[in-house]
Amino acid sequence: MPHINLPEGFPGISAGFTYRPETAKPMRELAHILLHEPGSLTPGERELIATYVSSRNNCHFCQSSHGAAAACHLGDATVIMQVKADFLTAPISEKLKALLAIAGKVQQDGKLVTAADVEAARKQGATDLEIHDTVLIAAAFCMFNRYVDGLGTWQPDNPDLYAKMGRHLADEGYKEPSIKHPVEQPAPAM
Amino acid sequence: MSHIALPPDLPGIRGAMAFRPETARPLNALVEILLTGPSTLSRGERELIATFVSSRNCTHYCHSIHGAIAAAHLGGDEALVKQVKTDFTQAAIGPKLKALLAIAGKVQQDGKLVTAEDVRTARVLGATDLEIHDTVLIAAAFCMYNRYVDGLGTDQPDDEALYRERARRVARDGYVTVSEEYLGNHAHAAAH
Repeated sequence: MPHINLPEGFPGISAGFTYRPETAKPMRELAHILLHEPGSLTPGERELIATYVSSRNNCHFCQSSHGAAAACHLGDATVIMQVKADFLTAPISEKLKALLAIAGKVQQDGKLVTAADVEAARKQGATDLEIHDTVLIAAAFCMFNRYVDGLGTWQPDNPDLYAKMGRHLADEGYKEPSIKHPVEQPAPAM
Repeated sequence: MSHIALPPDLPGIRGAMAFRPETARPLNALVEILLTGPSTLSRGERELIATFVSSRNCTHYCHSIHGAIAAAHLGGDEALVKQVKTDFTQAAIGPKLKALLAIAGKVQQDGKLVTAEDVRTARVLGATDLEIHDTVLIAAAFCMYNRYVDGLGTDQPDDEALYRERARRVARDGYVTVSEEYLGNHAHAAAH
């Protein structure tokens, strides 16, 4: 049960966004620039960072929807599981591993990021903009995750729903809602 | 020393925002709505929530500037701001705000810690759904701003006078207007 009277049938952040469109607008814009627009890491890499941070925050809705978006970009769903379980052994670039290490520290506390972490990422070819975006993606998902969890939103266990959302997010980005109409809710468990 | 080459002479989030004006705009738009937009919570109350969360995250720049802005809205009462940071349950604030700060403190750790009981307590003391929503989102958003400021290793000065001076202008003109001076300048410089 959500903590406040959120619109029914809207899962996760779509409930918060539908409830309060004024704050949804800049939050969507931020996600669109950080995860979708060109000029930074590939969208697949950025969605992996978002998925990883959401997984570390145990936010089911966010790690499932962004994991699905990452899988669409990368054409591979198993790498998502590997990054969540242990990114160091995942088949991803050394640069992305160094950036995920920074993201993992930001997820706990930004002050944990050291000059050595940043140097390691630079050695693997990371630019200042890529490091900036990694820090801000990790920080932003510490917001999105807390928003989704803190309102007690409905976070269904429905792989088809997340796959559909992931497709929309990968193709269209974040400017328009991926959930436009209420989703049918299963009958409550007895 | 910041971790990446940020524009000089812009402490805290300002240097980070000037580095990347594209993300700065929605970041400023969000804080403007949450902390200065129409609300049944006063600006002082909302700034206290932002200050409290930033203080719990130990982000010096954010809890100093938002603490100073809160004081500016609360008749210059810096002692009250300090009390909210140290132990809000003993502060001279309304019971509704205390209940909302308790929710914000849980969101700061993990949104899943907020219970139906926490929300019921706030409601009994007069909090509306929108006030509860905004409390959760302010707390969540400052978990972002704080990590952004700390994670880039930005310059976070100690001088309280600097925060007081800046706070007066933000309290008067709002976040978006005040940000234009460095976002505008930076865009101008970059264009040449």
